[in-house]
Amino acid sequence: MKKITAVILSALIIVLFPFNFAFAAGDAEIEALRGTKLYVYNWGEYISDGEDGTPDVNALFEEKYGIKVVYDTFDNNESMYSKLKSGGVSYDIVIPSDYMIARMIKEGMLEKINFDNIPNYKYIPEKYRNLDYDPTGEYSVPYTVSYVGLIYNTKMVEEAPDSWAALWDERYTNNILMFNNQRDAFAIAQSLLGMDYNMESEYAWRTAAALLKEQKTVNPVYVNDEVFLKMESGEAALAPYYVGDFLTMYENNNDLAFVYPKEGVNYFVDAVCILKGAKHKRAAELYIDFLSDPEIALANAEYICYGSPNSAVYENPDYEYYQDELLYPEEGAFKTQLFRNLSPETLALMSTLWDDVKNYTPSGFSNRSLFFGDETASSGSAEGEAMTKQTVKYAIYIGIFLLLCLAYIIFRYARKKYRERV
Amino acid sequence: MRRSGTGAKLISVPYVVWAALFIIAPLFFVVYYSFTNAAGQFTLDNIHLLTKYIPTFLRSIWFGIVATLICLLIAFPTAYIISQKSDKIQRTMILLVMLPMWMSFLIRTYSWMAILQDTGLINSFLVKIGIDPVHMINTGGAVILGMVYNFLPYMIMPIYSVMAKLDFSMVEAAQDLGSNRINVIRRCIIPMSIPGVISGITMVFVPSVSTFYISQKLGGGSFDLIGDVIERQFQQSYNYNLGASLSLVLMILILLSMAVMNHFSDEGEMVI
Amino acid sequence: MKTLSKIYVALVFIFLYAPIAVLIVFSFNDSTSTVVMSGFSLRWYKILLADGTTLKAVYNTLILAVCSSVISTVLGTAASIGIEKYKKSIFRSSVMAATNVPMMNPEIVTGVSMMLLFVFIGRALRIESVLGFATILIAHITFSLPYVILTVLPKLRQTDKNLAEAAQDLGCKPVSAFFKVVLPAIMPGIVTGMIMAFTLSLDDFIITYFTSGPGFQTLPIVIFSMTKKRVKPDMYALSALIFLSILILLILYNIAQVKSEEKIKKKRG
Repeated sequence: MKKITAVILSALIIVLFPFNFAFAAGDAEIEALRGTKLYVYNWGEYISDGEDGTPDVNALFEEKYGIKVVYDTFDNNESMYSKLKSGGVSYDIVIPSDYMIARMIKEGMLEKINFDNIPNYKYIPEKYRNLDYDPTGEYSVPYTVSYVGLIYNTKMVEEAPDSWAALWDERYTNNILMFNNQRDAFAIAQSLLGMDYNMESEYAWRTAAALLKEQKTVNPVYVNDEVFLKMESGEAALAPYYVGDFLTMYENNNDLAFVYPKEGVNYFVDAVCILKGAKHKRAAELYIDFLSDPEIALANAEYICYGSPNSAVYENPDYEYYQDELLYPEEGAFKTQLFRNLSPETLALMSTLWDDVKNYTPSGFSNRSLFFGDETASSGSAEGEAMTKQTVKYAIYIGIFLLLCLAYIIFRYARKKYRERV
Repeated sequence: MRRSGTGAKLISVPYVVWAALFIIAPLFFVVYYSFTNAAGQFTLDNIHLLTKYIPTFLRSIWFGIVATLICLLIAFPTAYIISQKSDKIQRTMILLVMLPMWMSFLIRTYSWMAILQDTGLINSFLVKIGIDPVHMINTGGAVILGMVYNFLPYMIMPIYSVMAKLDFSMVEAAQDLGSNRINVIRRCIIPMSIPGVISGITMVFVPSVSTFYISQKLGGGSFDLIGDVIERQFQQSYNYNLGASLSLVLMILILLSMAVMNHFSDEGEMVI
Repeated sequence: MKTLSKIYVALVFIFLYAPIAVLIVFSFNDSTSTVVMSGFSLRWYKILLADGTTLKAVYNTLILAVCSSVISTVLGTAASIGIEKYKKSIFRSSVMAATNVPMMNPEIVTGVSMMLLFVFIGRALRIESVLGFATILIAHITFSLPYVILTVLPKLRQTDKNLAEAAQDLGCKPVSAFFKVVLPAIMPGIVTGMIMAFTLSLDDFIITYFTSGPGFQTLPIVIFSMTKKRVKPDMYALSALIFLSILILLILYNIAQVKSEEKIKKKRG
């Protein structure tokens, strides 16, 4: 289905393009941009790239406007932010997630978009405009919208879960995956606690961290992209991940199922923005408009498999995920929350707490490990005690090793002396 | 003759300049960031925060030691056996040792996941022949295996290159004098290959201690190595100062231990 | 003993090549999975060959590896010749200590510290986007240099000092004496160092990660950026192709070697 749509589409685009081109050529301003370069910074695997007969969006853009797209990819919001903030790089277009957009707006990193140049903005319906992260809607054009949810393997769970609490269920010890990403991991704990994702109270974050530490008794594996591999092969029973990615996993393993937990989930928007200092703002706007073009947006939506905020896509009956229950759930069917930008203090607190969670070892818990070096603390009750035990364990190992080395050196030295005397 | 000497000395100038600019200067930035806060003021806060990461440091060092020892145990006989072959076979074998490094180590580590998983190749094989599956992935052992796998060539190479240069007439002489094989290895080959062993230890220990990808993929991310923490400070938390001070401590620890190691090598310079 | 050593080496090579065998098998997978084999197909090879981004990254990686290995070999060989002239001196020991730093420093520290330096230079010179090909190249040269120096230096020490002098006595100029006598003698060391530098540059991820900039991403960076999405078998297909091409090169090299050896034998015979 996907393939056929893609083939028809690309044929359509090829047929239609000469007209578009003739039309565009009339515009002197656009014509002047011919030969310039546009620097785009996007998530990895987040644009239709010509794979398997799908349209190659960047190539089509280059063909249409004669603007060269220099396309780079990043692995998460924070590393993208660090890279831009370091001052060593400059891009024109970037596609961050909601809360990161808010932060970048606040820090003056983004440029206002001239919406006169984005006629395709008309396809973005009111419900996706002016969201929390960009209340005036001047800085961003939504690219994908999606939800986090719970993926489970029907062969491995005893009953279908409906709550995030399943990720704390001891029956599935060693078979639980968890986000290896601070914000998403905390959001799950906060949902369970009925908290707001964007609270600024230290107590609230500490409580959520305590819950995440508690999860360590089921020995969760912290994953990013490995979630595909582990869920598809039946390696794990439960994993929180993005709904669009569940659809790809399902293609490879039909035992998988998906649920939106009743405590509520994170709803996220990745949107296209122009960075401050963009050299060719007009070219950037052309690119944004191009991404919102019904056909291009359709190609991207089918490639990425995330929800599209483009009405020309989700109202198109030929769209592979047209009225898909999971990707486009009924509004209000479950609780959703957006991430917002947090204060620097809270961000710092979150990252220290996350370091603590990652290195926490629950007491009285043993990892069924084959080798030595398993993360085991045999007894003890206090949290601090387990931590000290770990330290002591490794300190003793290293100490013994150093002593052995020292003993050997002394032995060699003594033997040398002895031989000299003889 | 003297003039050609100074001429030859002069051609090392570009390198000296290069080293000063790109090896020594960056280190000052690490020091600078370690002792300042985000606003650029002098502070010792980062150093105080370090105590929290002592367990992580110890774990990383221990994993590094174990991985290095295993590499040494595997590599020494391998290098010896290779060095005994004819020239042509030696060349091929050494290229075969280096060949895996030409493929991205990210992908190779990924591939190990498919082998070690509970539902992976080894375990499905075990189940097929009627043995209970063993849990291997997401343990400290899997991380060490990943380290050994990735850095083994760095141990084989220097040991081999020392052994290949060994004068085997000495070995033959020893054998003629009635030494048995084990004694020859113990008395001649091991002492003479020490420089290679020391280089190998450096080249395995250093990346093992500071790795972050292997521990995330094969260790399941449920415990940190120091590389993970540093990477997180720079890439996720945007806390350059803490990241720099962690790097500084790691660097000092490694340079110290390597200085001690190098004490055992007569040359004082590494061999590859 | 002989068979035992054969088995041992075989085991070591199985260990080194097991994951490569696995990835070659899965590169022929019909589905998008890298763990569940659902059928044989060449689909991923087709996709790979049509994928401009990945091929561009491969091209970048190769260009970078070639440039950095050539420059670091030239710079490193020159440095070794100079260093070798300073017998035991403070200069020599301090230069050697500096040389060891990139080898002993954790990669992550090298990467981070170089990024901080580049950003600082960029700000001082008001370069807007300082990170890019030049900075990655500098970083790669820097971490390859020690390996070149440490392979060339021992070779220099082994060559007979009198050889160059004899050539000069026979009327060679110092420079041509170097190219005619010393260079051939240390060539094996230079080649090894260059191969080392090339290999390290190809496989480096951490340092490149911190020093890369717009428009120049190497293969490892592209692979790493798939953190949110999956690593697909087209990456496996790519690795398989790289593996195959090197293997073919290796075999051709060996055949050529055997032939030239036969020639020499014939001449002597």
